[in-house]
Amino acid sequence: MFIVLGLLLAGAATGYLFRGRTFFKAIDQSTAYTIYAMLFIFGITIGANEELINDIAKFGMQATLLALSAILGSIVASYFAYKIFLKKGGRLEK
Amino acid sequence: MKSNLIVILCFGSGICLGMTYGHQIADMIQSLPTYLLYALILQVGLNIGANGELGILIRNISPTTILLPLFTIAGTLIATTLASFLLADWSAPDCMAVGCGFGYYSLSSLLITQLKEPAVGIEIAAQLGAITLLANIIREVTALIGAPWFMKFFGKFAPVAAAGSPSMDVCLPTITRYSGKGIVPIALIHGVVLDLSVPVLISFLCQ
Repeated sequence: MFIVLGLLLAGAATGYLFRGRTFFKAIDQSTAYTIYAMLFIFGITIGANEELINDIAKFGMQATLLALSAILGSIVASYFAYKIFLKKGGRLEK
Repeated sequence: MKSNLIVILCFGSGICLGMTYGHQIADMIQSLPTYLLYALILQVGLNIGANGELGILIRNISPTTILLPLFTIAGTLIATTLASFLLADWSAPDCMAVGCGFGYYSLSSLLITQLKEPAVGIEIAAQLGAITLLANIIREVTALIGAPWFMKFFGKFAPVAAAGSPSMDVCLPTITRYSGKGIVPIALIHGVVLDLSVPVLISFLCQ
């Protein structure tokens, strides 16, 4: 956990110090390649996981339930955030 | 569009390879994902710093702009905790971690798989990772399709909150179409805050 947060902070600080250098424009691309490589390996792990492949319908249902509850929770919360926003005199241009 | 195809291709060919030669390869690539994850996190950090997202966030931070992302996070955490009572297989922190992908499916699924592995083993960790991947893709697609209804029943902030982290990029055109141009700064700040909170909250929930 601390490694992940440390790397994130170190990366953000370094990126901020050297912002605007062309070198960092390439990071979008290299990030994409890293994600492709990891998803490929993640795919291998999932393919080798027989229980997951056999019960894909069950895991799909669990994922759907979690996705829909996360959205529902977010939009209900956003309703209250919008009420507070309006009450504080905030307004949105058309 | 092109990058989405490559994602599906990489992931799909990985699954096919895993189903046929999975057990032989599994030992060879055991420590590779950990180092790739560190490389990924470092690059995500560099990107956040170099693209001035942090600057935008710091300059525009105020009680009204920070309100919505905090409510989105709270709403997601509460609702996924409630959902965990329906799922016997997974604990409340597991379900909250899946929700804390906030639509950032690539990073969240890889993080959860890696961080859960030491505690529960690769089999279970990969299952939760796969659920995270699916759930967060479903979230993004639902946010895109459902935007007009969310706006109609829950107000102008709802399409932003539903989208989660992609409110600043993938979902932004749809959001502005239904909530108006005035929503743009709020949607951007919302996306930046949720982007940052994905690795932070997930590593906290998976320890």
